[in-house]
Amino acid sequence: MPKGSVAITTERCKGCGFCVEFCPTHVLELSSAFNAKGYHPPHMINAEKCSGCNLCGMYCPDFAIFGYRNPVDKPQKGTHS
Amino acid sequence: MSTTELHVHNPVEDLLRQDRIPTIWCPGCGIGTTVNSFAHALLGQDIDLKKTAIVSGIGCSGRVSGYMNLDSFHTTHGRAIPFATGLKLANPELNVIVYSGDGDLTSIGGNHLLHAARRNMDLMVVCVNNMIYAMTGGQAAATTPGAANSTTTPYGAFEPELNIPQIVDAAGACFVARWTAFHVMQLERTMAKALKKKGFRFIEILSPCPTYFQRKNNMGDGLAAMVDYKKRSKIKNGCPTWETVLEPGGEIIVGEFVDREREDYLTRMRRQLGSNYTEFPPQMEEHESEGCSKEC
Amino acid sequence: MHADQRCVLTGTHFINGDAACCEGALAAGARFAAGYPITPSTEIVERFAARAPKVGGLFIQMEDELASSIAIQGMVWAGQKSFTVTSGPGYSLMMEHIGLAAISETPCVFVDVQRGGPSTGLPTLPAQGDMMQARFGSHGDYVTIALCPNSPQECFDLAVKSFNLAEQYRVPVMFMMDECVGHMTEKVVIPKADDIALFPRRHASKPPGEFTLFEPGPDLVPEMAHAGEGYKVYVTGLTHDKRGYPVLNADAQRELITRLFEKIRRASDELTMVEAEGLEDADVVVVSYGITSRVAQRAIQMARDKGLKVGKLRLICVWPFPEKLIRELASKVKALVMPELNMGQVVLELERCAGGQCQVISVPHPGGTVHKPAEILEAIERGAR
Ligand SMILES: Cc1ncc(C[n+]2csc(CCOP(=O)(O)OP(=O)(O)O)c2C)c(N)n1
Ligand code: SF4
Ligand code: SF4
Ligand code: SF4
Ligand SMILES: [Mg+2]
Repeated sequence: MPKGSVAITTERCKGCGFCVEFCPTHVLELSSAFNAKGYHPPHMINAEKCSGCNLCGMYCPDFAIFGYRNPVDKPQKGTHS
Repeated sequence: MSTTELHVHNPVEDLLRQDRIPTIWCPGCGIGTTVNSFAHALLGQDIDLKKTAIVSGIGCSGRVSGYMNLDSFHTTHGRAIPFATGLKLANPELNVIVYSGDGDLTSIGGNHLLHAARRNMDLMVVCVNNMIYAMTGGQAAATTPGAANSTTTPYGAFEPELNIPQIVDAAGACFVARWTAFHVMQLERTMAKALKKKGFRFIEILSPCPTYFQRKNNMGDGLAAMVDYKKRSKIKNGCPTWETVLEPGGEIIVGEFVDREREDYLTRMRRQLGSNYTEFPPQMEEHESEGCSKEC
Repeated sequence: MHADQRCVLTGTHFINGDAACCEGALAAGARFAAGYPITPSTEIVERFAARAPKVGGLFIQMEDELASSIAIQGMVWAGQKSFTVTSGPGYSLMMEHIGLAAISETPCVFVDVQRGGPSTGLPTLPAQGDMMQARFGSHGDYVTIALCPNSPQECFDLAVKSFNLAEQYRVPVMFMMDECVGHMTEKVVIPKADDIALFPRRHASKPPGEFTLFEPGPDLVPEMAHAGEGYKVYVTGLTHDKRGYPVLNADAQRELITRLFEKIRRASDELTMVEAEGLEDADVVVVSYGITSRVAQRAIQMARDKGLKVGKLRLICVWPFPEKLIRELASKVKALVMPELNMGQVVLELERCAGGQCQVISVPHPGGTVHKPAEILEAIERGAR
């Protein structure tokens, strides 16, 4: 399981591409699909690389994306996910 | 494409008036990005949000106050600072933040900026500098770089642009910084620091206006401006503000330039007034009337 | 609610109108003010600057009148009563913020000690040339209340009244003094605090979450919540809905502007504030306000000595204009005579309300001094013919 993931409110997205450009691990890409307003919201293309750092959320001028860390379920000593 | 159905919650949402989102801002406008840094800075402090007010003038940047879930005041063009001054003086318990545009704060409101800095009024002022009058459709601002095109300077402006940090520093602000919308984390830290400080604190943020500044000057979209900021910025904390001039195409000096201690207006007022100042607790009878029956 | 005794200088004083206005503001509960020096109003804030800290308040001298006229609105939204003081040139600079106070229903008081204009005009001499500006000076459509004192005593009494009306109707109130009244020194009796009735702030009666900031009350006036009380108020100069949120269309405009007008129209009887005498059998009535009413008084006496039936109507509240009263009066008399220290401003409204039922005679004066009683007498005689 990747360390993090993103929640995207696609209808808020205005397709500016900030999140795509400034994700340090290049997790995102603008999708070819349109939202209701005619913009291309982002989707994950490298989901496994997402750290949940929320830089994408910090850049998003429209509060449309939020990166979060996945809950580490019952971490057993010495195991890596 | 669907919203991830998880119990994840962006803390920024708590600071927004949900019923006013989406914003009026254009795609790729940097104003919203600065709001993220601001919201995180506010949330990271033990600041009483009930006692926090945000005041704006008029402009695209001036719309920030109305999206924040705080006491919000959207005043007149250029006059956010004097409104905020009144708010602060009449209730010193309030944290008062002014959030507005370059035209609003430095041109039409320039005089208020100077004098609030001189007084060291306890306000935090955030100036979104998109180098243009955006809301009215791209006219020249005092911050528009000389060669740049605007609707009112079709042959370029015949006047040099304002170096805002220098002016505010010279007038006496106790904290002066500049970042760009690209510097989201640095901006959050600087805002957090400024929120904790007393006195006149000023933060300039260069921010893309793809619709009127970038496009009219063949500078691409908002993203291109952000990438350009990243390329051209040079962090120089403590840099003397006479060196922070924004040369077109040149280095963008960013960082925390001024951080000094100076007695703020209200503290000085109380000190100088001494015994001439009388605390004014509410009239006795107002206490007595508590618990009183309606008839009395 | 009555005045706080700690702010009231109860007793008999020999002071000028400016000083009396300052005391009136303090008695009314205003402990905060912002202003910028300008003759002949400065004495008001000079006195206030000395008095306010003693009652936990302050005066701040702002960088200009634009700043002063909005700083006071910040003070009001922080929960205080506040006012600003100026004269002609400064009053012109304040216009945008009178509009802001009107649309955001911010209760506050603008004192204009009128001097000769336009422009720098006659800084030290009287005029009444800002009367239309007090009604229509800011852009757009709005209503204000304007009171005109004619003595230092009234500078006190009506200053208190101005604050009360501002709170009651949540409008900016124009306190229209003039250089003569401001600089005239007379006996001023300041009553005991218990005898000064105050209209308390209409504070939100519901807790945050249940309260809607611009929900009109039964008299169309909304209650108010302040910054720092947990209400998360949203105040804007844009056309807005009941929540205070901008709504930029014709319907929202109609709803808001109609209500702002209607809340004052409904109160027109209460806002008809006049001093009347000898109206019953008058052939001619002299209608005046402010300092001019004192000259008019002399002219009326001279006319009566000549056997003419002359009545006096002094407008204490000029805006809103006492329309009904004038309409009735015009149907009974031969002439209405209006002297004013301007080239004929409020007389336009008098003419409109008289509606051709009687003669309306303007006695204009460009200011710099007051009328000669004979000028008014001549107009009375013309009207009586
Ligand atoms: C007194 C006054 N003059 C002019 C305007 C028109 N106006 C509205 S916003 C604006 C410029 C805003 O520029 P800036 O402060 O830089 O904000 P931006 O829109 O660029 O964020 C102007 C000139 C106004 N509203 N009020
Ligand atoms: S949370 Fe961080 S790693 Fe994940 S997509 Fe956003 S920016 Fe990239
Ligand atoms: S930053 Fe926000 S608005 Fe821009 S593309 Fe990404 S999700 Fe959409
Ligand atoms: S006009 Fe410019 S500043 Fe205004 S919202 Fe659009 S991009 Fe932003
Ligand atoms: Mg701008």
